[in-house]
Amino acid sequence: MGMASGQIKVGIRTIWDVPKEEYFGPGQLTCAGCGPSLAVRHILKAAGPDVIVVNATGCIEVTSTQYPYTAWGVPYIHVAFENAAAVASGIEAAIKALNRKGIANVKAKVIALAGDGGTYDIGMQALSGMLERGHGVLYVLYDNEAYMNTGIQRSGGTPRFAWTTTSPVGSRVRGKVQSKKDIMSIVIAHHIPYAATASIAYPIDLMNKVRRALEVLDEGPAFLHVFAPCPPGWRIDDSKTVEIARLAVETGVFPLFEWDHGRFRLNPPSNMHVDKSKRKPLINYLKPQGRFAHLKEEEIKAMETEVDSYWDYLTRLLKAFG
Amino acid sequence: MTQVVEKGRERSVVVGKVGLTTNYAVAHAVKDVDVDVVAAYPITPQTTIIERLAEYVANGELDAEFIPVESEHSALSAAVGASAAGARVFTATSAQGLELMHEILHIASGLRLPIVMAVPGRALSAPISIHGDYQDLMNVRDTGWIIYIASTAQEAYDTVIEAFRVAEDPRVLLPVIVSYDGFLMSHTTEPVEVYDVKAVREFTPRRHGARPLLNPERPVTMGALATPDWYYEIKYQAINALKASRSVIDEVDSEFNRRFGRSYGAVEGFMLDDADYILVTYGGAATWNALEAAKEARGRGLRAGVLRIRLFRPFPTNDLVKKLADAKAVAVVDRAIAPGSPVEGPVFKDVYIALREYGVDKPVISVIHGISQRTMYVRDFYELYYKLKDIASTGNVPRESLYMGLR
Repeated sequence: MGMASGQIKVGIRTIWDVPKEEYFGPGQLTCAGCGPSLAVRHILKAAGPDVIVVNATGCIEVTSTQYPYTAWGVPYIHVAFENAAAVASGIEAAIKALNRKGIANVKAKVIALAGDGGTYDIGMQALSGMLERGHGVLYVLYDNEAYMNTGIQRSGGTPRFAWTTTSPVGSRVRGKVQSKKDIMSIVIAHHIPYAATASIAYPIDLMNKVRRALEVLDEGPAFLHVFAPCPPGWRIDDSKTVEIARLAVETGVFPLFEWDHGRFRLNPPSNMHVDKSKRKPLINYLKPQGRFAHLKEEEIKAMETEVDSYWDYLTRLLKAFG
Repeated sequence: MTQVVEKGRERSVVVGKVGLTTNYAVAHAVKDVDVDVVAAYPITPQTTIIERLAEYVANGELDAEFIPVESEHSALSAAVGASAAGARVFTATSAQGLELMHEILHIASGLRLPIVMAVPGRALSAPISIHGDYQDLMNVRDTGWIIYIASTAQEAYDTVIEAFRVAEDPRVLLPVIVSYDGFLMSHTTEPVEVYDVKAVREFTPRRHGARPLLNPERPVTMGALATPDWYYEIKYQAINALKASRSVIDEVDSEFNRRFGRSYGAVEGFMLDDADYILVTYGGAATWNALEAAKEARGRGLRAGVLRIRLFRPFPTNDLVKKLADAKAVAVVDRAIAPGSPVEGPVFKDVYIALREYGVDKPVISVIHGISQRTMYVRDFYELYYKLKDIASTGNVPRESLYMGLR
């Protein structure tokens, strides 16, 4: 193992290679330090102008499209909460049919964009349908680990023990009882050409993964799971978004990896983290976050066991598919 | 039927008379207008439409993307996406499927997308029933769609063609439902004249680019968030568009008549000129049984007539009032129920309000029948005519819905 170091196709090597064009305009209404808005900005820079974005209801939607303004420099549609993947399927099919029949000549790739609530929970069925049918759509999950738009409620993407308004810290129940759903395994089980995790703390890795994902759409769907902290929801300082996102990777909580045509790859720096001693202590990630402030020693221990067990699972994947 | 065949019709537009169920007639029309995308999910009694469309696509008779979605919610969602990207789109559903779509029904009309959907009407669970009535349709009447209710397979075929033309008209840009009786029509074979494909396509010209589309050449934002500052005004535009669609609906029906020799109007009257007692109906079975009963009643000297509502939304208030103005008593036969309402016939309420709005004060009663395809006998309608006569002479107007056929 170990050999599967990040061999992603490198198009953007340094920050100087990042396109200067902005397709996600300034002046949106996101909170200070918003992780998801950074994700969108980077994704659109990597994708360029020839895309159509389908956005599920959520933070990004309400903050970027308040009539009569829009932050979107590319074609954009929002329909509802649970159906971004279905709407994207329809657009992809329409482009195919219109181009084939000579009615139009649309050169656009379709990107569906949804939060964790819109993906792990209410949008899961539509996502699975889209992946199963093999639509050439890039589905981006921006994961801020709760329903932030409605005011911090737990989702299937919220980690165990985290405080939210519907997983409060009480005398009998202390934060979320259940573990975070393994969305990547669910997606990979659809045997799509490409799926990867990425983080706003590693924008170059993120942008290269967007490019790679867009490359494979002629063969079928691609999926990106983008980690994007939410300062008000996670009870962190506005200035700490990127730092916390980086710590999630460095502590092994959110590993960066790719599933490319049936091959599994860990990407830097996660490719070093099979060796637990190379990971930073979990407490470094938990401590700055108010949503974990109530955690006792044994709860932190339990979280660490979960992280270790996920790494054990990834290690076995690497052995089998690396 | 009181179809007007204009002298000018070129017979050559009819390429054949074939036996088709209403579902197959609908699928045939969808093929003839050359749709680009079909998104659909199976549900009885709609399923044979999409089976037929899947065959057309598989055989190369229809050049379209067929999206076999994983739910009706996704069927309409995919239709919304495809329509927003500029495709000509069709979907179909019934009953629980239409209920599952409900959220997106409002969005499709709010986004002003010209999607056409067939809805063979069916009873709603619970208890589960696959059989026909119009409860599903009545539940979606306030979603801002244009809604036709056809009464024959031929009419369904013609109406689907008209529907695409109406929906895509830049003065309209609204989605359209074409409904009809589940099973009693959807699965009943009737002779249908089908038209020359070229003539159908000329009648439904492509208007690609006549509305804003998702295309990088000219980026637009669709489905934006409207604060209370703007929501009301934007919503009102769609409400107003539905009202204003009536003139286009009439125009298209007249032109259809010129081209194909058939016209249906917004309402269809039978023996109304001197009718004292009128049954107001919608769909096939209720209308044709009422017509049989009216003929029998007339044979015994009772001046009976039938008024069928074909265009349900926008509601043809004016036409209906004109046709009912001289009657002595009217019954509205609903194949759906509005539980807990002052009177429980959903279309009764529309008819009653329409008459009162125009100051027409006469006995109108609400009749519920044909629920979950409970058999509607001709004699039931026949009895209704005599009941109306009774009501007119005694002035004793029932204040509650009359549940016919209920054991």
